[in-house]
Amino acid sequence: MTETAVIERVTLSHGAGGPAMTELVRQVFLSAYGDCGETGDDSAILDVDSGRIAFTTDSFIVDPLFFPGGDIGRLSVAGTVNDLLTAAARPVAVAASFIIEEGFQIEPVKTIASSMHETAREAGVRIMTGDTKVVPAGAADKVFITTTGVGVVLRDGVSGSNVSPGDRVIVTGSVGDHGAAVLLARENLLDAPQARSDVAPLTEIVLSLIESDCEIHAMRDPTRGGLAAALNEIARQSGVAIEIDETSVPVTPEVRAVCEALGLDVLQVANEGKMLVFVAHRHWEQALSVVRASRYGTNAQVIGEATSGPAGRVTLRTVIGTSRLLRPPVGELLPRIC
Amino acid sequence: MRYSDEFRDREATLAIARRIASLATGPATIMEVCGTHTMSAARFGLRALMPEGVRLVSGPGCPVCVTAQPDIDSFLSIGDEPDTVLVSFGDMLRVPGSSDSLEGKRAGGAQVRVVYSPLDAVEIAQQTPEKRVVFFAVGFETTIPATAMAVLSAKRSGARNFSVFCAHKTMPRALRALLESGEVRVSGLLCPGHVSTIIGSAAYEFIPDEFGVPCAVAGFEPVDMMAGVESILRQLREGAARVDNAYSRAVPREPNARAMEIIYQVFSPCDAVWRGLGVIPKSGLSLRETYADFDAAILFAQAIARVPEARPSACRCGDVLRGVLAPEECALFGRTCAPENPVGPCMVSSEGACAAAYRYGGA
Amino acid sequence: MCLAIPMRIVEIDGPNALVEVGGVSRKARIDLLPEVSVGDYVLVHVGMAIARVDADEAERTLSLLREGPYEV
Repeated sequence: MTETAVIERVTLSHGAGGPAMTELVRQVFLSAYGDCGETGDDSAILDVDSGRIAFTTDSFIVDPLFFPGGDIGRLSVAGTVNDLLTAAARPVAVAASFIIEEGFQIEPVKTIASSMHETAREAGVRIMTGDTKVVPAGAADKVFITTTGVGVVLRDGVSGSNVSPGDRVIVTGSVGDHGAAVLLARENLLDAPQARSDVAPLTEIVLSLIESDCEIHAMRDPTRGGLAAALNEIARQSGVAIEIDETSVPVTPEVRAVCEALGLDVLQVANEGKMLVFVAHRHWEQALSVVRASRYGTNAQVIGEATSGPAGRVTLRTVIGTSRLLRPPVGELLPRIC
Repeated sequence: MRYSDEFRDREATLAIARRIASLATGPATIMEVCGTHTMSAARFGLRALMPEGVRLVSGPGCPVCVTAQPDIDSFLSIGDEPDTVLVSFGDMLRVPGSSDSLEGKRAGGAQVRVVYSPLDAVEIAQQTPEKRVVFFAVGFETTIPATAMAVLSAKRSGARNFSVFCAHKTMPRALRALLESGEVRVSGLLCPGHVSTIIGSAAYEFIPDEFGVPCAVAGFEPVDMMAGVESILRQLREGAARVDNAYSRAVPREPNARAMEIIYQVFSPCDAVWRGLGVIPKSGLSLRETYADFDAAILFAQAIARVPEARPSACRCGDVLRGVLAPEECALFGRTCAPENPVGPCMVSSEGACAAAYRYGGA
Repeated sequence: MCLAIPMRIVEIDGPNALVEVGGVSRKARIDLLPEVSVGDYVLVHVGMAIARVDADEAERTLSLLREGPYEV
């Protein structure tokens, strides 16, 4: 019987479906994911109480793979978990598919898988199934991950189209952390050791809110495009206007300095561990205190409200008290010199 | 943030706004000549603080907006040559040439890198000696010394694969051309604060002297811009015209000698085409013969010569840049021309008048 | 154009300086400003320090603007 060697680099045969692939899955993924109910079948089976299922998928292509505060693995699990949470669903299980570039070292893949496992545990989900493909060198940028998640809807009616005038907008913590950290990790622009991605699964915050009797109308995680993108989406979906008070938006001093130096609007910079919560006016104080009692919500603030102004319009009350539009960003985040 | 926060103080800004309201004697058109001023005014909603009849108008101070279409086309054509890397500031990435942009070129397989400093472009050249690394040099006097340093650094370190496609322009002559054209009646000029750190506030003295137009050199925080507007309205009330330095904490009266030295060691003045303004004599810069080895216009002359002539478009950036058309008055504004599908650079550039008007609105 | 923010000089090594603001730092060239020292605030644009921020002048400007009328 041949001895199975420890894999050092990913090769095309690791994606070919034969013994090499089985070995890769065993050495890298199964050993990282722990007990995930693995049966060797092609489908995982879940037991759920009757009710409604929330279902979401996302792909992760972040560059660099490892950045201050996290990595693509943590991002891939937290991102999908947070999407489920926005539907007021308890996340239950995640599937993870990998596309790996031929020649990529195994060690980083193990670290990524391990990170996914830790994040899944924190989030209260299991990674129950997945897939691995290997593509020729150059056909992918090191590692791409797609995660699909399922959850059980705990409360109906939480949707981006259910915001009403008078609802308060809460952000669960400081904004711009993730986008700033990843930009700096990718491009050698500035040194900002305190700028770390906020990537985190927000299960605790959302389940606490759902358990309380706060009337939550919508939740959205402001990822790509930052607060500006998410607020505009909600305003359009619900047909309301939204007013935000710039002074009340929490921003860390480092992220602020990074944005000022590079000409970025912090409201357009991505977040991966934050939630926007739209709560009925009469419950805002309670909702705020529930969020602030959670691990990732200690810096939560009320930042604005939905109004009966022109549908889809988002405005910002600036630090000097004037008003201006807050539009979603167009295209990728680019540093400016002008 | 020190020296930023204090100049964003709400109380101070509103105090100036109240004084401005009592100073204004009638309609006044104040042109702010600097894309960063356009951006700042929009970002902080300063138009809402202007008294009735006082209009803030954007001028041709957005280097992205005034880069002529043929220059963009020429730089893009270099990307088709083998083993080239196009390097540029982020601001230029989405600006459309006749048929493409840097972003489009990148999607089509060309190597395109975004940098924060021209010196970073030299580093890229040093790290990839087998590539011809070409930097798109746009910007006014604030930025020119950095490009000059990059050329000197490349020469010193023997980075023969580095070159500069120079589209730099200088401010004072453009202001003269604008005022001489008589096209837009400007009551006062808000002069670019950071260009002025290099050329000095005295550089604008010809404006009140020859044209009788009040000037104020202003910084970019809300308090700074409001102070500039206040100075202009005060001058108008007095019937005076001079250059006030409202950014005295950073701007000297005389030019920065070191900066001038380094700029003119590497570059010499040449005629330049400004989008919307046409040819302005001696308002551009080109590399001196000593640095011909780093001049992309020479190195890639054949590729550039093959670029077809730019087709005119319905874009009215030129009129906007000269201050004779407000963005909202353009037929394309918000319809066929918006940030997601810009027809011209004033909509692409984050500090273009049209982009600012669209993004921050007249709320 | 001209995005430049005030940053404090932390270290000087010939024509190179380390500048910082709000916990963020980068290197900047100070070739254009021969007279600056550690502790000074400079405006940094595309990796170059283009002007020193005069603390006294900043103070004076602020008080004048707060109280007004602003005389040059």
